[in-house]
Amino acid sequence: MSKSKTPQLFAAQVPIFPRRISGFYRNLKWWIMAVTLGIYYLTPWIRWDRGPALPDQAVLVDLAHRRFYFFWIEIWPHEFYFVAGLLIMAGLGLFLFTSALGRVWCGYACPQTVWTDLFILVERWIEGDRNARVRLWKGKWNIRKWRLRLVKWNVWLLISLATGGAWVFYFTDAPQLARDLFAFTAHPIAYGTIAVLTATTFLFGGFMREQVCIYMCPWPRIQGAMMDDDTLTVAYRDWRGEPRGKKRDATRGDCIDCMACVNVCPMGIDIREGQQMECITCALCIDACDEIMDKIDRPRGLIDYLALADEPEERAGKPPKPLWRHVLRLRTIIYTSLWSLIGIALIYALFIQSDIDMTVEPSRNPTFVTLSDGTVRNVYTLRLRNKLGESRQFQVSLTSMQNLQIQIEGAGGDTVTVAPDSSTMLRVYVTADSVNLAANLDQTDLRFWVEDVENGDRASRSSVFNGKGEK
Amino acid sequence: MSDFETETEIDDETGVETTGHDWDGIKELNNPLPRWWLWSFYISIVWGIGYVIAYPAWPMITGATQGMLGYSTRGEVASEIARFEDQNSALTSALSAVDLNTLGENAELNHFAVAGGAAVFRSHCSQCHGSGANGSKGYPNLLDDDWLWGGTIDQIAYSIKHGVRNEVDEDAHYSEMPAFGDMLEASEINQVVHHVRSITGLENDADLASLGQPLFMDNCSSCHGDNGKGDREIGAPNLTDAIWLYGGDVESLTQTISTSRFGVMPAWGMRLKVSEINAVAAYVHQLGGGE
Repeated sequence: MSKSKTPQLFAAQVPIFPRRISGFYRNLKWWIMAVTLGIYYLTPWIRWDRGPALPDQAVLVDLAHRRFYFFWIEIWPHEFYFVAGLLIMAGLGLFLFTSALGRVWCGYACPQTVWTDLFILVERWIEGDRNARVRLWKGKWNIRKWRLRLVKWNVWLLISLATGGAWVFYFTDAPQLARDLFAFTAHPIAYGTIAVLTATTFLFGGFMREQVCIYMCPWPRIQGAMMDDDTLTVAYRDWRGEPRGKKRDATRGDCIDCMACVNVCPMGIDIREGQQMECITCALCIDACDEIMDKIDRPRGLIDYLALADEPEERAGKPPKPLWRHVLRLRTIIYTSLWSLIGIALIYALFIQSDIDMTVEPSRNPTFVTLSDGTVRNVYTLRLRNKLGESRQFQVSLTSMQNLQIQIEGAGGDTVTVAPDSSTMLRVYVTADSVNLAANLDQTDLRFWVEDVENGDRASRSSVFNGKGEK
Repeated sequence: MSDFETETEIDDETGVETTGHDWDGIKELNNPLPRWWLWSFYISIVWGIGYVIAYPAWPMITGATQGMLGYSTRGEVASEIARFEDQNSALTSALSAVDLNTLGENAELNHFAVAGGAAVFRSHCSQCHGSGANGSKGYPNLLDDDWLWGGTIDQIAYSIKHGVRNEVDEDAHYSEMPAFGDMLEASEINQVVHHVRSITGLENDADLASLGQPLFMDNCSSCHGDNGKGDREIGAPNLTDAIWLYGGDVESLTQTISTSRFGVMPAWGMRLKVSEINAVAAYVHQLGGGE
């Protein structure tokens, strides 16, 4: 067994030439590609009327003004928990789908998969199907090869440019930015972002492909922890297929070793070797094998979505458990419940979101000031938020068990104007004269109110009045 | 990639070749990394060398190597400060020239002044007056409505510019209370103390207070006034209000009258720009006691 040689610790990338295939899963993937790419490229161009003071882009991440617009929803920085909640939901959703259906995200919806699929489509369109591409790859660099390669790279580059270009439209007014980009007057950051995303799309979709999934992405490694024997995943029924062989007779299984499943695989693996780290469960081998099974008049499903837990039953010739019993199990129910709870909480938070809002920050350095006539005064910083697109008059008041007086620094009365879609800070004094109980107690509860004088919208925040604490 | 000769074998369990490395019987399977990974490693080394040449990197005895680009984080901060100063230059020059009494009418300038004044206050004033501007014993509280030298924005600006009882500015506020310990008997001082407490409404001995009243008229009223309400022209505190710079209890008052006390404040006009003086005056004026 022992031998002496120099081990090769690094290996060249083995080129993969996936063959074209048609079938149920291939069609499903075409639809998903059309929908996801459509959403990505078109969303920034949807208009949404928010009045003259606000941008009329339906989905806009306005970093400069610290606002996030999503159709009728407007999120301010202090409401960032919406984004955090959505990210947690996305994480839990990924856990749910992985525990139920394996790497379904990787196989169908991951941008790396979708764009690689698109790039392979272009490649096949220009250079031909698998066999033609293998011949071209092996062939000399003659004029024809150069021509095909240059055409392919240029189409890839155009797609990459459109991909990088679409990204920046999410962050500022899309039509205006498009005009600026073509007039070469847009901000350098816009061009820089487009350049970086164009380069990564070109490289990852055209050349890195499966290398990204196998060596760069952490998700495949994490997913192992979320799958178990009940997870539905792409697998080979070796009890039906083996022993494989080209020759058909009673001693052999259904696999005729035609290599169709291997030839269509974008990851370059053989699914018949069992579950592998590289497999993104794109299910194209299912389509490929079903086509062959139809031709040789054998039942479909030699390669299929199946749960490993069913293997003993199937080997014994019994029917497997129904699919819903694999999907509905404690683990997926827990993930679904957590996902729904956060979703319901976010929807609730969305409904109680008000377009008048206030925060109160009591000044605690010092906690109170004694004035010359013995009056005790507390200072509060109030931030009033006007989330509407028009300027509004806000009246500030307070309620308390004690008779406390309120006064706003720099304002004549108790009413202030807040500009559209902005917030204003007020320095507010609350006083209790020397004989007032609040002046001598340690603390007195109070509540600030802010009310729109026109439509009566209002909000309140509770706080505390500090006295001398002598009684 | 590697040039060493070694004993490799095929692992029975996995069917994968080993690297031939053997640590006490533990062998390493050889699952080769992609070659592009190796190249990205070499590129990062080249990048690292370039970075060390371009940016400050190697620690030396008295500092670090400077780097070809001349970059420094201090320089970055300095240029950012310069950029903001440049951006605000119009506001700054307007603030230098403004009539402070009309500052409140210009919302933008007023906001700029208060925000800038808060920064000046934290750097130059908070050491004595406290970061909350509430002072401490001997250092006036700037939040209340009691002022030794006046609480209009102009008066505040004057006090900041020229200071109090310093020896460098001729226009500094100046007044000095005599130490009455040399002029009055201890019993007489005690009578004055009780009189002062009586006009403020604090607990006092009525007999001692009535004996102190003529003493107050003879010795104190020339500055603090007949009724003890003080005089801002000469910085004489109002003795009838609830605010005591050095304390209103018998012991503190006795010491104040016996030995006299007064504080000193630098003339900030010699150290700060006009715009900074105006800014900090605006800030102090809006803390709650401005007149």
